Amino acid sequence: MTPEAGTLSPLHRLPAWAKLMALAIAGTGLVLIGDWRLVAAALLATLGLYRLAGISQRKAFQQLRPLMWLLVLLFLVQGLWQSWELASLVVLRIATLVLAAALVTLTTRSEALIAAIEGALGPFRRFGVNPAKVGLAFSLALRFIPVIGQQAQEIRDAQRARGLGTNPVALALPLILRTLKMAGDVADAIDARSPYSDPYGDDDDLPPRFVIEPGTINTRTSCKTAEAPQKT
Amino acid sequence: MTTIEVKGVHQRFDTFEALRGIDLTLAERRIGIVGSNGSGKSTFARLLNGLLVPTSGQVLVDGLDTARSGKAVRRKVGFVFQNPDNQIVFPVVEEDVAFGLKGLKLPAAQRGALVEEVLDRYGLGPFRQHPSHTLSGGQKQLLALAGVLITRPDCVVFDEPTTLLDLRNARHVTKVIEEMEETVIVVTHDLQLLKEFDRIIVFDEGRVIADDEPGAALARYVERMQ
Amino acid sequence: MQDRGSSTKDIVYIALFAALTAALALFPPIMLPLFAVPISAQSIGCMLAGAILGSRRGALSMLLVVALVAIGLPILSGGRGGLGVFFGPTAGYLVGWIPAAYVVGLLHEWGWRRLNVLNSFAFCVIGGILVEYAIGIPWTAFNVDLPLLKTTIASSAFIPGDIVKAGLAAIIAMAVKRSYPIIQRTA
Repeated sequence: MTPEAGTLSPLHRLPAWAKLMALAIAGTGLVLIGDWRLVAAALLATLGLYRLAGISQRKAFQQLRPLMWLLVLLFLVQGLWQSWELASLVVLRIATLVLAAALVTLTTRSEALIAAIEGALGPFRRFGVNPAKVGLAFSLALRFIPVIGQQAQEIRDAQRARGLGTNPVALALPLILRTLKMAGDVADAIDARSPYSDPYGDDDDLPPRFVIEPGTINTRTSCKTAEAPQKT
Repeated sequence: MTTIEVKGVHQRFDTFEALRGIDLTLAERRIGIVGSNGSGKSTFARLLNGLLVPTSGQVLVDGLDTARSGKAVRRKVGFVFQNPDNQIVFPVVEEDVAFGLKGLKLPAAQRGALVEEVLDRYGLGPFRQHPSHTLSGGQKQLLALAGVLITRPDCVVFDEPTTLLDLRNARHVTKVIEEMEETVIVVTHDLQLLKEFDRIIVFDEGRVIADDEPGAALARYVERMQ
Repeated sequence: MQDRGSSTKDIVYIALFAALTAALALFPPIMLPLFAVPISAQSIGCMLAGAILGSRRGALSMLLVVALVAIGLPILSGGRGGLGVFFGPTAGYLVGWIPAAYVVGLLHEWGWRRLNVLNSFAFCVIGGILVEYAIGIPWTAFNVDLPLLKTTIASSAFIPGDIVKAGLAAIIAMAVKRSYPIIQRTA
């Protein structure tokens, strides 16, 4: 999800949207190819891009590992029921697509992808999509995955200590109740901490009101003027 | 100096009456609020910056009605919650601190300087790029405070700031609160935190039962709790 | 996400249920003694999002999960994540969480007043299994070039596990309804 430090290959430097576009085109193209040898060539080309990005072949293989048993099974089923050529085509195509997509993920920072998503949502404003809200939802989820994960771990340990084993209801119910309780506080905190914007609204139309200078702890006078225009 | 006037405030939740007629003018620099669980003190704290709007009565911050001028009131009165984990809303320390500046349209350099200044003030500078969930409990409480102070409120309300901390971190946060220039209103069970305060208000069953300097008010509170 | 109706709290619910679904990947898989297929606890998150948050917020929280996977977070069971997932044969089951949560939510909103474990279970089966498989199976069939019928037969091995999950989701949703009823506040 985050590229390793110090590996700034040309692929890393490409803008996120360009990589996403390239992936979409490659994905469409591969589905249209009917010859397994061409797909095998595409697979080799993708592995070449891994080398260009400075990512080891071992790491490339790791991207496929969760799918491995499925690919083997699929190859056998397709080969025995249909033909070995089709079996090669299908398995190679999936492997190539998965590798190409994983390459985008490996060479692009998550923030850049979020920014690309927010940018891509711009035109949907007129349909009521608010990129700022989407950005906030992403940030909150990224912030709370480790918090909830940690709580899940605590609850699991507590259940185990009480000898409850792995009863899924005993695990999930307290976790959900804690999460819902937390939601109220988090929403309050967001409101309390947003004196200059509606984080969930559009802040683009808020006029600049005053300037806070660094090094000036006491800016009471400027704050006094802060009651002026609310959201226009 | 901020003046908060609370006039004839009642607060009801469904059938439960959390506050039953509160009239107070808060103008001291250090105000402590104590009371048993369910006494209404946390509800009271949430009224002070408009997180809650009174069922009846009025809360005025420097003359601004919290029910009508929510945003302007939040600029004057910051709020630090009991559990910093619920208050830190961004995955990276510096992003979280900068959240309060959203909407100000500051140039990136200036925003960066403000973030650095407030992080350094609480010794969080080295953690600027760290994921916020990796901080210790005490550091999280300081980050929560930094995220509030970056918007330069005149007054900060704390809801039980030391309850979830171990003794060492609690002492550190106590010291930080003592050193703050802003007006401070602290809801707490931690009587240690309040001994140097200017005024202590004791709540019980939704009413004010004592309002005095710390010695007298805390004596009354301790007596009531027995 | 529509401006209309998305309060701060809605966004927080949406984000927290996405995070919760991600955290469910850490839970041990449920083992069914008869079938010997390990079943990830994670897809219960989709049924719960619908049953607890309702249609709109439930679907949006699953959309957020899908987007988080897409930007590369390894939040699916087994630590999977990244755009590669979307080109694999099971991607339809992931994307299917969005309409599945929507349908589960819609049914729960519709039957909210007379909700009990039994009809909540039925709602979870309709949304979380029927809708989910209606998207997952054709996707797999297309992805691996297998006939629809054969894919359906192969996929049915997972249905018993999903029925267990629908039952668990119904029990949990009812317990949550008692202490934190969220749907009725808006719907």
